[in-house]
Amino acid sequence: MELIRPGTKYDFIGKKKFTIWVSTIAILLSLGSIFLHNGLKYGVDFAGGILIQIRFSQVVDISEVRKAMEAMGSKDAMVQNFGGENEFLIRVEKTGEDLEEMSKKIQASIQERFKGKTLEIRRVEVVGPKVGKDLKTKALWAVGLSFAAILVFVAWRFKQVSFGLGGIAALVHDIIITYGAISIAGLEYSLPLMAVILTIIGFSINDTIVIFDRVRENIKKMRKENLETIFNTSINETLGRTILTTATLMMVVLILFFFGGPVIHDFAFALIVGLISGTYSTIYVASPVVLLWNKHFTQKKKR
Amino acid sequence: MLRNLKLRLIIYGAVTLFAVLLFLPTLTPELPAWFYKIIPTEKVHLGLDLQGGMHLILEVEAEKAVESYVERVKNNLKDDLREKGIPVGKLEREKSNQIVLEVSGDKDKWEKILSQRYAVMQELSTTALDKGIWKIVLVLDSRQAEQVRKSAIDQALETIRNRIDQFGVAEPEITLQGTDRILIQLPGIKDPQRAIDLIGQTALLEFKLVDEEGNLDEALKGNAPEGSVILYQRQVDPKTGGVKKIPFLLREKTLMTGEVLKDARVAIDTQFNEPYVALEFDDIGGKLFEQITGTNVKKRLAIILDDNVYSAPVIQERIGGGRAQITGRFDMKEAGDLAIVLRAGALPAPVKILEQRSVGPSLGQDSIRQGIISTLISAALVVLFMIFYYRVSGVVADIALILNVIFVMGTLAIFRATLTLPGIAGLVLSIGMAVDANILIHERIKEELRWGKTVRAAIDEGYRRAFITILDSNVTTLIAALFLYQFGTGPVRGFAVTLSIGILANIFTAVYVTRWAFDFLTLQIKIKKLSI
Repeated sequence: MELIRPGTKYDFIGKKKFTIWVSTIAILLSLGSIFLHNGLKYGVDFAGGILIQIRFSQVVDISEVRKAMEAMGSKDAMVQNFGGENEFLIRVEKTGEDLEEMSKKIQASIQERFKGKTLEIRRVEVVGPKVGKDLKTKALWAVGLSFAAILVFVAWRFKQVSFGLGGIAALVHDIIITYGAISIAGLEYSLPLMAVILTIIGFSINDTIVIFDRVRENIKKMRKENLETIFNTSINETLGRTILTTATLMMVVLILFFFGGPVIHDFAFALIVGLISGTYSTIYVASPVVLLWNKHFTQKKKR
Repeated sequence: MLRNLKLRLIIYGAVTLFAVLLFLPTLTPELPAWFYKIIPTEKVHLGLDLQGGMHLILEVEAEKAVESYVERVKNNLKDDLREKGIPVGKLEREKSNQIVLEVSGDKDKWEKILSQRYAVMQELSTTALDKGIWKIVLVLDSRQAEQVRKSAIDQALETIRNRIDQFGVAEPEITLQGTDRILIQLPGIKDPQRAIDLIGQTALLEFKLVDEEGNLDEALKGNAPEGSVILYQRQVDPKTGGVKKIPFLLREKTLMTGEVLKDARVAIDTQFNEPYVALEFDDIGGKLFEQITGTNVKKRLAIILDDNVYSAPVIQERIGGGRAQITGRFDMKEAGDLAIVLRAGALPAPVKILEQRSVGPSLGQDSIRQGIISTLISAALVVLFMIFYYRVSGVVADIALILNVIFVMGTLAIFRATLTLPGIAGLVLSIGMAVDANILIHERIKEELRWGKTVRAAIDEGYRRAFITILDSNVTTLIAALFLYQFGTGPVRGFAVTLSIGILANIFTAVYVTRWAFDFLTLQIKIKKLSI
């Protein structure tokens, strides 16, 4: 079966003047949303605090749970519906008080308030602010250092710094877009979403290298052509693969999104965004960066 | 070439069989005991985010251990100096690791004691105040302090392990994280709060005399006599739930601690039908207790746990036989837990809970059920899609994908790694890359066929070219994963582990195993046209 007819020649790179604007606007929107919301909305995992998930077996209105929280003097507690009708998340942002004590108090007062109803405390998370901060800084360092490693390795494998830079530029682009989508959708940045970011990093660099690899091969074959033509040819030659791979993965992620349940829902949403961005960025971020770099810094080297 | 084909089949087959055996316990719990003797495996453990249970991160406040070490040194020093008749003025601990001391009299004498018997304390400064009084600041040797800290953490780990063992939790995981944190995972636990109380309690048992001469009322105003302290007894009224605190004026000096305990058990008081905890001391403890009770008849001896007075009975007579009891208003469960912590011993330093997560078993099941169903659906669709698009070659790719999952699970089982949600994300990414690798190879072979190459040549060339691409992209991702593992914490590492294993499995299955299948098709069956 053929998805893409051989000899297909879309002028991908020629559209770069247009797509640069697309990328710029997307990045500005993402950063803008993050800034407007005063940074990402960190969940308990990162910000520290208390999260309690309860499920009642009878009908309970959310306002009743809110009242219970107010009655015990916990004004900072946020209550929201989760999954089913009678399931709620109670969240307390980090406070100066002893979190462990406070979580005990909340659980006790909920039990007291809804004495007649059967309820189940399904999840309790108490994260000290130190742990969350630790996780954040360590993760940031780990990602930063892995980027540096990718930069060095790719630059070495492809014998040009520009390829390493292109790959990293695409990664940064994808991360910003995904964070932007998380921020615009008003999702809470928690551990599973951090896992998504890591997944997207892996996917994006994989996708970029596949095309770079074809470019490297074609540079040897098409000695007379300029780099821009070589990139275009390479992208077209691997187009079948790009579409197949992305479509297959997209299918998986869409299923997770629709049928994965509330726990996986946000996770799948961010993956969808990252998948699209990761595929796009190979063609419209990584490749133009290589081209621009070579045009401005390695012009004298004639290939 | 054909013999080569057979050899490869044997090798790949053996590797696959081994991986299946490793993975087997995860699929079925009913395996004979000899199986585990031959195959060093276990079932793949699910993280608490998937299974339900409690996850705790404790920080050992090791500095407190240094503090109490220096405190002990200070007390010994006081006794020593007094014994030698050296006049001591001020003698106090400062910060966690310093002692400030004022002495007078023969300089040689006290210098000798300090240098010979207290070598762990270094003299920071020695200044002459007027009238022949010297002020000396001693600081704990930093190597010794490090030693104290380290052993406090080791001992805390050991003690907590003991307590959990006695509490009875299936498959607990208790590990040191970094230098001073203890990670505790208790799968399937029903009463998290009780477990926290049990684990987090310092459980320092002390025996102190009640200061009968000092004036309690004066002391409560802040004028406690020299060498005495106030501690409280908490009494909970069972009817109203109100807490009453009764103050006690006690001699500061600890006569005995829980270190000399041999056993602690719950017993029932026949008179009041109330449970109490019966203590049994070891030989040293028994003798010490006999001596203490013998010299303090008619005085009150307070039994103190973590600075709470439990009881302060009057000593009627010398007590031999090394037995004592802690009474209080316990219920059976409380008395049982108290006996456990006393048996397991005190924590050498208090612990602080940094993070606590508990997931009810039903939530774990819910999230895993939906996750499994949707994963199975999507896996089925991927398998069908590959066959639909690549026909026979798609079947080859599918076999490679399934093998990939088996290899990853088998490796997780043999390394006793735990599968968590971020871990699954790593697995999904590696499977995505495996799909990509197969697509890369197939598309490349098709491309070569289009150039008019024979089936054999197209396969050879397709693999040769695609291999470079797959290797480059996989190795790059692998390097990134290794960095994530090296510099990340818990969840980031979980992701990196499954991703790394997945990538290695991927290179093996997508490149070598599928190659064998194609070689088999072309060399053995001698197909003329490739179904791709």
